[in-house]
Amino acid sequence: MKLHPILAALRKHKAGTVLISLQIALTLAIVCNAIFIIGQRIERVNRPTGLNESNLLLVTQQWVGAPNADTADGVEKLDAMQREDLAALRNLPGVVSVTPTNSLPLLNSSWTGSVSHKPGAQLGGKDNTRTAYYFIGDQAMDTFGLKLVAGRAFTAGDVQHQGFRDQPPRPIAIITKALAQKLFPDGSAVGKVMYSDGSNAPTTIIGVVERMQTPATGSWGNDFAWYSTLIPTRLDANFARYAVRTRPGQLDSVMRAVTPLLYKVNPLRVLDDDSVKSFGEIRAKAYRADVGMAILMGVICLVLIAVTAAGIVGLTSFWVGQRHRQIGVRRALGARKIDILHYFQVENLLIAGIGVLLGIALAIGLNLWLMTRYEMTRLPVLYVLVGVLAMLVIGQAAVFVPARRASNVPPVSATRAA
Amino acid sequence: MFAYYLELALRSLKRSPGLTALMVLAIGFGVAASMTSWSVFRAVSGDPIPWKSSKLFVPQIDMWGPNGRSPDGEPPNAMDYTDAVALMRDHRAKRQSAMYQISPSIVPTDASKHPLNVSGHAVYGEFFPMLDVPFQYGRGWSSSDDANRAQVVVISSKLNQKLFGGVDSVGRIVNVEGRDYRVVGVLDHWNPQPRFYDVVNSGGFSTTDADVFLPFQTAIQADITNDGNTNCNAVPDEPGFVGLQHSPCAWIAFMAELDDAAAVTAYRAYLDGYAKDQQSAGRFRWAPNNRLRDVPAWLENQHVVPSDTKVSLLVALGLLLVCLVNTVGLLLAKFLRRSSEIGVRRALGAPRAAIYTQFLVEAGIVGAAGGVLGLLLTGAGVASVGWVLPRDIASLARIDVSLLVLTLLVAVVATMLAGLYPTYRASRVQPAWQLKSN
Repeated sequence: MKLHPILAALRKHKAGTVLISLQIALTLAIVCNAIFIIGQRIERVNRPTGLNESNLLLVTQQWVGAPNADTADGVEKLDAMQREDLAALRNLPGVVSVTPTNSLPLLNSSWTGSVSHKPGAQLGGKDNTRTAYYFIGDQAMDTFGLKLVAGRAFTAGDVQHQGFRDQPPRPIAIITKALAQKLFPDGSAVGKVMYSDGSNAPTTIIGVVERMQTPATGSWGNDFAWYSTLIPTRLDANFARYAVRTRPGQLDSVMRAVTPLLYKVNPLRVLDDDSVKSFGEIRAKAYRADVGMAILMGVICLVLIAVTAAGIVGLTSFWVGQRHRQIGVRRALGARKIDILHYFQVENLLIAGIGVLLGIALAIGLNLWLMTRYEMTRLPVLYVLVGVLAMLVIGQAAVFVPARRASNVPPVSATRAA
Repeated sequence: MFAYYLELALRSLKRSPGLTALMVLAIGFGVAASMTSWSVFRAVSGDPIPWKSSKLFVPQIDMWGPNGRSPDGEPPNAMDYTDAVALMRDHRAKRQSAMYQISPSIVPTDASKHPLNVSGHAVYGEFFPMLDVPFQYGRGWSSSDDANRAQVVVISSKLNQKLFGGVDSVGRIVNVEGRDYRVVGVLDHWNPQPRFYDVVNSGGFSTTDADVFLPFQTAIQADITNDGNTNCNAVPDEPGFVGLQHSPCAWIAFMAELDDAAAVTAYRAYLDGYAKDQQSAGRFRWAPNNRLRDVPAWLENQHVVPSDTKVSLLVALGLLLVCLVNTVGLLLAKFLRRSSEIGVRRALGAPRAAIYTQFLVEAGIVGAAGGVLGLLLTGAGVASVGWVLPRDIASLARIDVSLLVLTLLVAVVATMLAGLYPTYRASRVQPAWQLKSN
């Protein structure tokens, strides 16, 4: 098929050609970037935390008129209250294990600090590695469902307790594999020593877990998202958090039983609607914005593609109507139906081709602009290529119906007045 | 004449219902997407205290030095106790308040009820007049109450409803963290968004109400600890809440009221002088690196408007643009299909202006129809943002008269703009040529 007649015809329809190309270009630019955003969000949401997330719940509670955690006597009293709660929760039917903890992955309530090879390092110094601490009990590994890859887990004898704002030495810790590799790239971290939060007292690493995400999901935590440190210590304050692992299928019944149970142990405390949460709820809350953004971008992409496809159908239909007579002439002169069909298909391919070329430039430009203004990364070429292919296919699909109608124009219409 | 054009337009639109529906749908969706994201953007980027925001300033003091600055040289976004108390003591602004977030428990007098947890701030008495906080009953406390560490409290109307059934509770006693406080004031529904007086701890927006306000020094003395962020550049030397007060950890927000440019200059000079004094006293080993921003600049600096909201608005505007380009194309097709009709009208003496009016009316009708559809879709959109956006943000998006008017206006004006080129082309139709070819 010769391109010349198509080009000649297009020159007669400059405005329409330009408009469709422009529309395809804009659609491609926006859809590429929107799908890229969707991809990024899905990747973020699908990151495994390292926990066994099913059958896990978190209790956050606060005592009223509690002893002062800044005094030695108060710390002991608070610790006794905490142990009383832990014992009661462990006796609850359906509960497998319970640990006190200051936070959980995705909870967005974190205690961050830094660890170093050297004692007495200044916080925020260059040779420090940022980390998020989990202060937990001896049942933490089972409760969280963490996978130990080297060394040993904590035993009951390892667990200490301290006032919430005190800074006693931390003799032992378990760290994540990511943190171990960062600190000791050349070999096993087990048995090695690190110094936490600028302390002069060493912390011996007794074990390494495969993976455990830090509590922060905001962008400020991205740099150390996998650098967690577990310290076997109960924190004593006027509030406490307990992570509870239940038997399969008993999560709901345990969640319902927790509040009355804890009130029975000690009624002078605050437990509200938010106090008992399953890990599923924590995850949903943490990623709500990301899932929402992905849905929003998805809806906008669908509307965009639909509008553009509809535009192509509309304008091509108009052209078919306008060229009714010419098509008849061509058919009368011996052109087959398939030739007419191909004519409109190639014409659309040409217009869409111009559009996608412009669109590639726009897509990259938009991405670069978003990178300077917002937290965006470079758009991978694959997204653009898939987008280009998709736009061409959509163009062909949209043009098919009017093109087929054109191919059905009978040769006799050449003899009729338009 | 207008009625005639209206009739012509309706007749023409009825003649090609498919094309008309397509245009109306495109405009409806484009406008609805833009307006829905606009309603969210408008809600989160609004000025929480427009009549006064340019007079309220947030000072920052560089107590950590070069190692504690952000990559662009910014000092910490909160204060340590030493500086906050020093600034309060010097009292150089018209009004000022240091504040920190608290989350104490409250024991209801009704013994059958469980204790509840409330959130709020420990502030100085000038906080209330400085921020024009509305009171339903009573008022804030005086500076002598601040100095005497008076056992007084200001509560929200919601907490007043919960504790006292909504009656005037001034003079009644509330038990906060095991101590009794006398109610001096009850707020009248006050929930500014973004929570501009402490964006560092609220992240800008908050679904929880500010329920209690205690005098700053009273709360410090009662060991009501900080519930907000605590950022430290070194581990405190002493343990406990007292250790935190002696440490350089940043956990206190600060706001000052400065009425004119001269006051701002003077306060800036005061801050620099203060930092120089600290330098010569050996506490700071670096030159002053302070900041003083008014509320709008501070909200901008703290990125209170989430970047997701801005990107969504941009993408939605992009969608509207594509819909308009689409409308230009379809209107062009629609108008030029009627070239012969235009030719007849022109040959019978209609001036170009008449053709213009006729087709712009037609474009306007399409726009109005798209606008009505857009209104319905915007309503659905705003109602369903709660499904996809975080609650603290989604709850702020509202439909009001201005949004409705804007939706219709954008739809009609945008469609008429889109109709300009097709109308121009229609008015250029040569009557002679059209008549001949028929």
